[in-house]
Amino acid sequence: MIQFHLDARSGVSPYLQLIQQVRQALRLGLLSEGDQLPTVKDVVALLAINPNTVLKAYRELEYEGLVAARAGVGTFVTKTLTDGSLAAHGPLRVDLQDWLGRARQAGLDDESIEALFATTFRAASAGNGPSATIEEEVR
Amino acid sequence: MTAVLETRGLGKRYRKRWALSDCTLSVPAGHVTGLVGPNGAGKTTLLNLAVGLLAPTTGTALVLGGEPASSEEQLAKVGFVAQDAPIYAGLTVADHLRMGAHMNPAWDAGAAEHRISQLGLDPDQKAGKLSGGQRAQLALTLAIAKRPEVLILDEPIASLDPLARREFLQMLMEVTAEHELSVVMSSHLVSDLERICDYMIVLVASRVQVTGEVDALLGSHYQLTGPRCDPATLPEDWQIISASHTDRQSTLLVRSDRPIVDSTMTVDQIGLEDLVLAYMSQASRPVTRHANPASPDQSALEAQR
Amino acid sequence: MIWLSWRQFRTQAIVAGCVLAAFAIALLVTGFSLAHLYSGSGLPGCQGRGTCVPAIQNFMNQMRGSVYAFVFYIGVAIIYGGSALVGAFWGAPLIAREIETGTFRVAWNQSVSRNRWLAVRVTMVGLAAMAGAGLLSLMLNWWVEPVYKATRFAPPDSSLSYGRLSPLLFGTGGIAPMGYAAFAFALGVAAGVLFKRTLPAMAVTLVGVGFVLLAWPNWVRPHLIPPVHQVLRLRPSAIEGFSTSANNSQMTIFAGVHKPGAWVLSDQVVTSAGHVFSGPATHACINGSPQACSASLAALHLNQLVSFEPASRFWPLQGYETGAYVLAAVVLALFCSWWISRRRLA
Repeated sequence: MIQFHLDARSGVSPYLQLIQQVRQALRLGLLSEGDQLPTVKDVVALLAINPNTVLKAYRELEYEGLVAARAGVGTFVTKTLTDGSLAAHGPLRVDLQDWLGRARQAGLDDESIEALFATTFRAASAGNGPSATIEEEVR
Repeated sequence: MTAVLETRGLGKRYRKRWALSDCTLSVPAGHVTGLVGPNGAGKTTLLNLAVGLLAPTTGTALVLGGEPASSEEQLAKVGFVAQDAPIYAGLTVADHLRMGAHMNPAWDAGAAEHRISQLGLDPDQKAGKLSGGQRAQLALTLAIAKRPEVLILDEPIASLDPLARREFLQMLMEVTAEHELSVVMSSHLVSDLERICDYMIVLVASRVQVTGEVDALLGSHYQLTGPRCDPATLPEDWQIISASHTDRQSTLLVRSDRPIVDSTMTVDQIGLEDLVLAYMSQASRPVTRHANPASPDQSALEAQR
Repeated sequence: MIWLSWRQFRTQAIVAGCVLAAFAIALLVTGFSLAHLYSGSGLPGCQGRGTCVPAIQNFMNQMRGSVYAFVFYIGVAIIYGGSALVGAFWGAPLIAREIETGTFRVAWNQSVSRNRWLAVRVTMVGLAAMAGAGLLSLMLNWWVEPVYKATRFAPPDSSLSYGRLSPLLFGTGGIAPMGYAAFAFALGVAAGVLFKRTLPAMAVTLVGVGFVLLAWPNWVRPHLIPPVHQVLRLRPSAIEGFSTSANNSQMTIFAGVHKPGAWVLSDQVVTSAGHVFSGPATHACINGSPQACSASLAALHLNQLVSFEPASRFWPLQGYETGAYVLAAVVLALFCSWWISRRRLA
């Protein structure tokens, strides 16, 4: 089961953060079909947020067709967002860990790493043309 | 659904001073409601009127459709934790639970004991020896275990350290989710309430300034910045909550039911804390629409602390 | 609610219980030997002044300054002082403590109405106070019985006519101590409600109870049942003394009256017309022998006007007095109930 976290200073409302985290988990294969999402009670007991916030997030996910609520039991995943590229995640993650190790050795701090990644990512997306941007939106 | 707290023209006067005046509210059930305002604004007075510790001077208050403390059934519906979480210093934690069991027909002893052990409290310890956070948790346990329909909490976390505060709110939200409680909680800090409240009441200088669902409030308030303008020239359906002007620039907080599209000014959403602060400062200096354009308005930025 | 009332009362009850138990032991130990003393003193069944007077004098000499006197006065102190202490330590903190510490905000928000909360607590502690007082009075009166029996043999002119009606002793007998305890307790609770702080309430209660207990026998008790007025011929043997003014134009006669067990409220020498005799002094009394003085006074046909409560009125007076105190306690308790229901405490 996944565990949520909240970034109070991200400027993104809590309910959107929850939705994003569920989507991300689905994309990364951390959640597959049939898995149960944490109960509302457990989520608010950890995060100290309003139960209605969680309910709203779960309802939005249900509206998107990603999860379904079963009365008295819980909320379960009905569809994943992984595609064939899941298999490539493993090696890609290893490469990324290597790269991060090299960046640290070169003396980059967290901000520099994030800035380097963000600018390169943006430039690459712009450079890849319209089809690339559509793919980003779908993901 | 019956409103959790419904007041009409509610007022309370002590000798010459009105602690609360002309308070008309209808707080819906199923929400966590934050009652925010500076110290001395009348929050405790309003909550005391809601639980029947005080009788109103004018107006009426109804909690879940019943007059506060009018009968033992009404008392059973409301769980209350007063400011500074009073407890009996000479009684042990277990004694407090026994007291709850003897005084409340709907007492859930299993849940109470489970919560006490979850909190790590020693049942045989005298309650006077507990820390501030533990006292607040004990008082909350007492209020919850009587199985009320609404919890009314008067600044329960004001004097707690950040960890104790977080733990209290965690327990509060868990119980709210589990039993579908309505909660009315007061604080003088918006940051305490921002995480957990979906309904807000702003009380300043004994009057209600604004009240509503948090999402609706955030969606209907806009922060406008732009070149210096005359308030009298602004659209009629804009409700100007606060305005500050320098000789070149105006910053306005506007409430409008329709989305604001204005090419001359930058339109931004506003955070809950800033929204509440704007109402709190406006309460002491109401903004007039037809200000004399020749005199620079001195409200300035100190109004928006 | 009963459990909570007991739990909050527990410590005070245990303290009082220990004090009572300790005193009970003292009474038991000394009581049997006192009864033994009495039966061996020759007083029971003594006939005539010849045997009885020495016997009672002997008995009373044994009482004076003995451990028996000490125990008895402790008992009297516990009854009167104990009432005041019950008011201060059981009554005053009952509500005042809750207000001071803010715990009334917990107590009055459980599913129990304020009136029920107060009624159970006040009834439990009030009845406990009355029971304690009643028990104490019972024990003390069992213990002192031989002394009362002995005083019945006292000669008319002795100062040993301790009637149970005498002001100090009346309050230690019968059921009156129960009334005092109930009243003191209720006064304490009321003081706590009005002053909202335990210490001032305790002080006010001690002063209030002390004042009432002291003033009552003088101002109220004589009027509970209108006293009997009796007019007696002034016999020379009854005259105890007289005083005259400087020029002998005024004279006051002091006479005694023997009413065993009664409470004599006033005793005046009056003329046959009913006015208090005030002189002038007779020649024989200015410069003559005592016998001539008495004879001259006898010739004036003076009377003694005595107001008294006869011994037979002991139980009716106990009944009225206890009833009055208990009624006052109930009124005070109802006042407290009304006061806390007004919803001015927050």
